Amino acid sequence: MRKFAWLGLVALLAFAVGCTSTAEREDETMPSGTDSGVITTPDTGTQDTTGQPIVETPQPAFDPDCPPPCEFTRDAITDPSSALAQKIVYFDFDQSVIREEFVDVIAAHGRYLATYPDVNVRLEGHTDERGSREYNIALGERRSVSVRRQLLLQGVDANQMEVISYGEELPAALGHDEEAWGQNRRVEIVYQ
Amino acid sequence: MRVRSITTLTMALLLVLPLTRGHAVLTIEITEGVEGALPIAVVPFAWDGQTVPPQDIAQIISDDLARSGQFGPLARSDLLATPQSGADVRYANWKASGVDHLVIGRLRAMGPGAFVVQFQLFDVFKETQLVGYSFPATAEQLRQVAHSISDIIYEKITGTPGAFNTRIAYVSALVNAENQRRYVLQVSDADGHNPKTVLSSEHPLMSPSWSPDGNRLAYVSFEKRNPAIYVQTIKTAQREKISASRGINGAPVWSPDGTRLALTLSHKGSPDIFVLNIGTRRLQQITRSRAIETEPAWMPDGRSLVFTSDRSGAPQLYQQSLDGGRARRLTFEGKYNASATVSADGARVAMVHGDKGRYRIAVLDRDTGALRVVTDGTLDESPSFAPNGSMIIYATHGTGRGVLGAVSVDGRMKQRFSLAEGDVREPVWSPFSR
Repeated sequence: MRKFAWLGLVALLAFAVGCTSTAEREDETMPSGTDSGVITTPDTGTQDTTGQPIVETPQPAFDPDCPPPCEFTRDAITDPSSALAQKIVYFDFDQSVIREEFVDVIAAHGRYLATYPDVNVRLEGHTDERGSREYNIALGERRSVSVRRQLLLQGVDANQMEVISYGEELPAALGHDEEAWGQNRRVEIVYQ
Repeated sequence: MRVRSITTLTMALLLVLPLTRGHAVLTIEITEGVEGALPIAVVPFAWDGQTVPPQDIAQIISDDLARSGQFGPLARSDLLATPQSGADVRYANWKASGVDHLVIGRLRAMGPGAFVVQFQLFDVFKETQLVGYSFPATAEQLRQVAHSISDIIYEKITGTPGAFNTRIAYVSALVNAENQRRYVLQVSDADGHNPKTVLSSEHPLMSPSWSPDGNRLAYVSFEKRNPAIYVQTIKTAQREKISASRGINGAPVWSPDGTRLALTLSHKGSPDIFVLNIGTRRLQQITRSRAIETEPAWMPDGRSLVFTSDRSGAPQLYQQSLDGGRARRLTFEGKYNASATVSADGARVAMVHGDKGRYRIAVLDRDTGALRVVTDGTLDESPSFAPNGSMIIYATHGTGRGVLGAVSVDGRMKQRFSLAEGDVREPVWSPFSR
């Protein structure tokens, strides 16, 4: 809650500064100690060249729950219609390469996490039941690391992510066929 | 008369079954027998107590010998006589029955809960006693004494020490209707009797390993969310957290001298093999590669490790000295060879062998380099040698759930151990009891 109060204060301050002193960059006025990172609002460009009073259209206050460009609101992770609704990445047998169809899924989570640096995730790697258990622990970790690498490329901070592997110990589907195995070879992006 | 004995038998079954379920005993069934097993007669032991004998010692011995695959005990109904002492033995009877060896014995009650077990083993053709012993025992020790007798008989006849008076550790897993999981690390006698819970958790338990003295188990627990390695004394349940670094803490295996654990850690980036001195906590890194290295197994001399690595692109077994140097690849057949276990004499390495979508247990003969597939499942894993090297216990699939299998090293004799409910997995055979 305190964090939000801080952000509100910063936003108001930024707004005020934007109105009076011309074209100040807000991030220079950021007090240290907030964990919101860099805030960029559109340059208001209010340099007065005519001597006429400027009629400001009121700018929306900086919204910490959807910083510009506001692709994702803070609670988008719980929105079933959001691009973030898909939180499981599936893999081919004995592979840790990200399949084509999951590249965008991971990128969306990456942009969300980069927008909200105070949000943390656990990347839980799993395998199907075939082969040995400890090798599967290692394979599950490699899958988690693979997702982590993609998220880092989106600007997610390393400290936001924790990698863990359960190998074949926690199957999502209990069958012993390819249908079950396909559901079990996965990394779950678990928001904390 | 016949009707009455069947009724008595049914009564006995009714009495025994609920108990068996309650204690989650592993029941054993021999699924593939052996031709040419040595014929032997084990006569029911004489009993001079007042009531029913507390254990059927002869049956326990007979079951042990049959399970080894090396012996074919005569059915009780085929016994021509039931001699109770050496003086009663008529060798001609036993020659006519086609057995090479004869076991007789006596169970005597010495006081409340105190017994003496005597047995004698005879060579039917040489017409001599090969060995005979007398053991004092409490009621609780009677099964153990019977297994010790089986060990003596087995060694006297085959020349190899028996592994009947040993234990197995395993993990059982149950999922209830609410999809809640329960993992239980258990230790039982090698025949599945006397199961005891070492640890119960709602989070995964994995990779049990026996200390060489048989008193402690190392294992992996996810109880604190991230995996950690613990060492626990079985009798006292006292335990110690040995490793909980970032990433994987897995595959602990005790060194033959009991002072170190080989294990897998990934805190440096990728999973590598390390050796941890349990006393000093000094950590030695054994493998250094960006590939997966895991599942270490000690060679009996304690100077090198066999492990799984996918440095070639797929998991294969390698051996590397603790002193450094290059790792030597051991397996070349099949796309997938992992989870090595080394026999006590170092002559054989058993592994999970994946080929054409099937995962079975295979045995590599170190002298000849020959690889022999010894099981016939599709999802077989976690092989572990008996301490005498005669059998391999492993995890397999029964009718849709995890059961244990045991197979003789030559693949000819197969058994199945199953629980009344739930999965059972990751069996590890104990060292010889001391």
